[in-house]
Amino acid sequence: MNDVTRQFRDFFVSLKLTVVLLALSLILVFAATLDQVHLGIWGVQEKYFQTFFVLARFGDFPVPVFPGGYFIGGLLLLNLVAAHLYRLKLEWRKAGIQLTHAGLIILLVGELLTGLWQEDFQMAIKEGESKDYSESFRLYELVLVDTTDPKFDDIVAIPDTKLAKSAVVQHPKLPFRVVTTAYFPNAALARRDPASPAVPIASQGIGPGVAVTPLPITYKMNETNVPAAVVELIGAEGSLGTWLVSPDLAAPQTLTHGGRTWRIALRIARAYKPFALELLKVTHEIYVGTDLPKNFSSRIKLTTPDGRDDREVLIYMNNPLRYGGYTFYQYQMDSARGLTVLQVVRNPSWLLPYIACIMMTVGLILQFSLSLRAFIAKRRATPSPVAA
Amino acid sequence: MKKYSALLVLLVGLALIAKSLLPDRPKTDFDLAAFGRLPVVVNGRVKPLDTVARTSLVVFQSSQRITAPDGTTLTPDEWLLDVLFRGSRADAYQHFEINHPDLLAIFGLTPEDGRNQRRFSFRQLEPKIAELQRQSALAGPVDAAVRTPFQKAVVQLYANVGLYFRLKGSLVAPDHKDFLAELMTFQSSVTAGVTAVRAKQAKQPHDEALAARMMESGARFARMDELAYLLAVPPAEGEANTPGWKKAGESLLESFQTGQIAPAVMVYAGLARTWNAGQAKEFNELIRLYHSQLEKKFPTSLTKCAAEARFNAAEPFYTASILYVLAFLIAVISWLVWPAELGRAAFWLVGLAWLLATAGILARMWLEGRPPVTNLYSSALFVGWIAVGFCLALEYFYRNAIGSVAAGLVGFATLLIAHHLSLGGDTLEMMRAVLDSNFWLATHVVTVTAGYGATFLAGFLALIYIVRGLFTASLDKPTADALSRMIYGIVCFATLFSLVGTILGGIWADQSWGRFWGWDPKENGALMIVIWNALILHARWGGITHQRGIAALAVFGNIVTAWSWFGVNMLGIGLHSYGFMDSAFWWLIGFAASQLVFIALACLPLSAWRSFRPAT
Repeated sequence: MNDVTRQFRDFFVSLKLTVVLLALSLILVFAATLDQVHLGIWGVQEKYFQTFFVLARFGDFPVPVFPGGYFIGGLLLLNLVAAHLYRLKLEWRKAGIQLTHAGLIILLVGELLTGLWQEDFQMAIKEGESKDYSESFRLYELVLVDTTDPKFDDIVAIPDTKLAKSAVVQHPKLPFRVVTTAYFPNAALARRDPASPAVPIASQGIGPGVAVTPLPITYKMNETNVPAAVVELIGAEGSLGTWLVSPDLAAPQTLTHGGRTWRIALRIARAYKPFALELLKVTHEIYVGTDLPKNFSSRIKLTTPDGRDDREVLIYMNNPLRYGGYTFYQYQMDSARGLTVLQVVRNPSWLLPYIACIMMTVGLILQFSLSLRAFIAKRRATPSPVAA
Repeated sequence: MKKYSALLVLLVGLALIAKSLLPDRPKTDFDLAAFGRLPVVVNGRVKPLDTVARTSLVVFQSSQRITAPDGTTLTPDEWLLDVLFRGSRADAYQHFEINHPDLLAIFGLTPEDGRNQRRFSFRQLEPKIAELQRQSALAGPVDAAVRTPFQKAVVQLYANVGLYFRLKGSLVAPDHKDFLAELMTFQSSVTAGVTAVRAKQAKQPHDEALAARMMESGARFARMDELAYLLAVPPAEGEANTPGWKKAGESLLESFQTGQIAPAVMVYAGLARTWNAGQAKEFNELIRLYHSQLEKKFPTSLTKCAAEARFNAAEPFYTASILYVLAFLIAVISWLVWPAELGRAAFWLVGLAWLLATAGILARMWLEGRPPVTNLYSSALFVGWIAVGFCLALEYFYRNAIGSVAAGLVGFATLLIAHHLSLGGDTLEMMRAVLDSNFWLATHVVTVTAGYGATFLAGFLALIYIVRGLFTASLDKPTADALSRMIYGIVCFATLFSLVGTILGGIWADQSWGRFWGWDPKENGALMIVIWNALILHARWGGITHQRGIAALAVFGNIVTAWSWFGVNMLGIGLHSYGFMDSAFWWLIGFAASQLVFIALACLPLSAWRSFRPAT
């Protein structure tokens, strides 16, 4: 092994690196906590944790000012694995420490997988209503619903990320291309003054009557971004026109082309499920004489189209329903309107933190009990010192 | 004397505890204690009137001590009796604390007009109540986090005056002459009265005077129903039905239908009359009868209420804080004279105070039916308890009084913090929905709080290391080594508790919010403690820092923990912001600054350390 390799190795297995990385992560977490007041929880995650570098803007130039979560976390993981492989000795005395760190690796990997795999949706159901799809918290989709056959709808959905990139979408089920000519991640819609000299934003549907004001993206917990887009549909014979779409436009817009009819809309992205939930009853308990909530619960009827599952379940605080790889949590409730909102999470790696927790607890207890035993044995062996 | 000093000190401690447990000799013939034990429901919990009295006083004036204008001291129960039943006298009690000079100016008052320069009576405020209401309406819409000190003072005082009115209207009509007589007249005529009112509404012949009287009673009872703070009327079903407790006014309104007045309402009206008339014998007899009536259906509630009233009077945490101070002083003196004897005395005293705190925490757990930590107040108690517990273990092994000094410091400091947190009102609160899980409260919350306690203790031990090493020559090598090992050992426990606690918190979050980790401020705070403790351990294992460096790092742990415990709550954001508090902000800044000073001191060169200076 030459000097450079050795230096390289020594750097990655060193405890100094660990200490420096821990100190950096402390600063990162602290700064992110403070910044949450301004950026909100999502903004902070993007700016500080799900990034290799924290960028600050000087004028228009983003300048990396601090290592981000991926950078520090990745190096820590590397440091941890390298140090363990390098110093790996199977000794009883070291078992606790090794178990703890193995647990930590699983925890970090688990969080990485969660970041990659976890899907977060919500499901708002009214009493008596049944739903077989959940809706995204933050993602939208452009849908073209072929309603020609009254017996069923044929839906083509295009995620908003595609629209944002102004990608041209050609789908085998559509006899036209979909071209995004404008996309606003957050916008306010208003009635357009017909006398206004400005060119209408879209030529078809409701578009000519609407004025769009782009807004900055919000990261606040209690605000949502409402996107808007202008899409042009181009058939074999040329453009069919442009449409303004936004979740804020309630009235359906339809178009007819080649004897078929479509409904076009930008809506909250949906994920359909192979089962349906019907809300039977919501209960919102409060403590007597106060408005302090005691419990929220939703009685749900769970059914599958094949009829194999047909049962009632109760979802309440700290007691989610786990079914079909999804977990349904009691999220929000409006008991006056008989409305419940469930959070729907799919996270295939959800068990990893549980395993990590057990390993780290056992590891630390093992390690410290060994130290404690050695310490007590040593104290017993030496006479107790006189107080200074 | 020297030989028996430890025993003597222990006896003094025991005597202090015994004194706190003995009931005060009553100065009146009224059985105030029995009154204080009567159960009512406030904020969703069955509690004794004694607790209502004490928490209301604390909310009004930050203290349970109250004196009448003639200088006589009132017990909280006496004060409550006057507020509930004898408004004319209570209006003169100076129990509204006003500290903001501009707010005093609104009332045209100066500090000299108040008791202890800052407490004023309703009668003093009465002429300008409309102005207070107007100011409150101006300040109310402002977000609580950005209110000016004046606006905060206005909103607080307005709420307190409101609570005072609500107490007055809880059991009797606020302007009653003799509510019992009024109720008896009502009872005898209610059936006929309802008929008369119905006839009047149907425009048929009726007794006009009777109908008018009924309408007036209805309006008075409706006003009581609207005002009342206490749910004083127990449900007929017994104690399984806590949501069934009712306000007196609500129960009276129902009597239009039933024709019957609930016994509890009559009892309180009777207490009002006998209290006003000075008829102690009848007063006591009424309570006795009511109590025996309740005994049949509310045995557990009565036992708990009696115990809670005793607990309130004994103030175990107050006594414990005195014992901690004594132990601290004795332990410090033991470094100068009689190390073995005074060291033992301090150790025993710490043990005694800790047992007392343990008893107090257990009593609270039993009363609430909850694990030890349920809110910020109980977290302060528990942080102190766990830290002192560790100190006892350290002192048992080392016998160098360092554990006792640290115990005295941490024990007193945490009880002082707890005292200030208790000024917000009743500290036995009901848990809001997501927290209503004894399993997670017992696991995640307890371990995380234990982590706070251990991290603080490591920091306080480090403070002792720095102060003794730098300013005295008493930190010889064996003591320095021992102290350093103590810090290390406690950091190990701190890592264990904070790491396990944080991960358990993640698992709870996964159970209730659908994500293991969400970068919520409180989660970040807990993570920072874990990171910091891990950093100390790795720095030591890597040989990067030695004794003084570890001490400096451990002191910084105090800042990290204080931030996680209180600082993140002051941000007022996130899922954990139910523990919101802002008044302590400057205390937190001051604490952090003081710790930074100690860290800077720890970084002074060896030649500046009196203990480590090479002998000349």
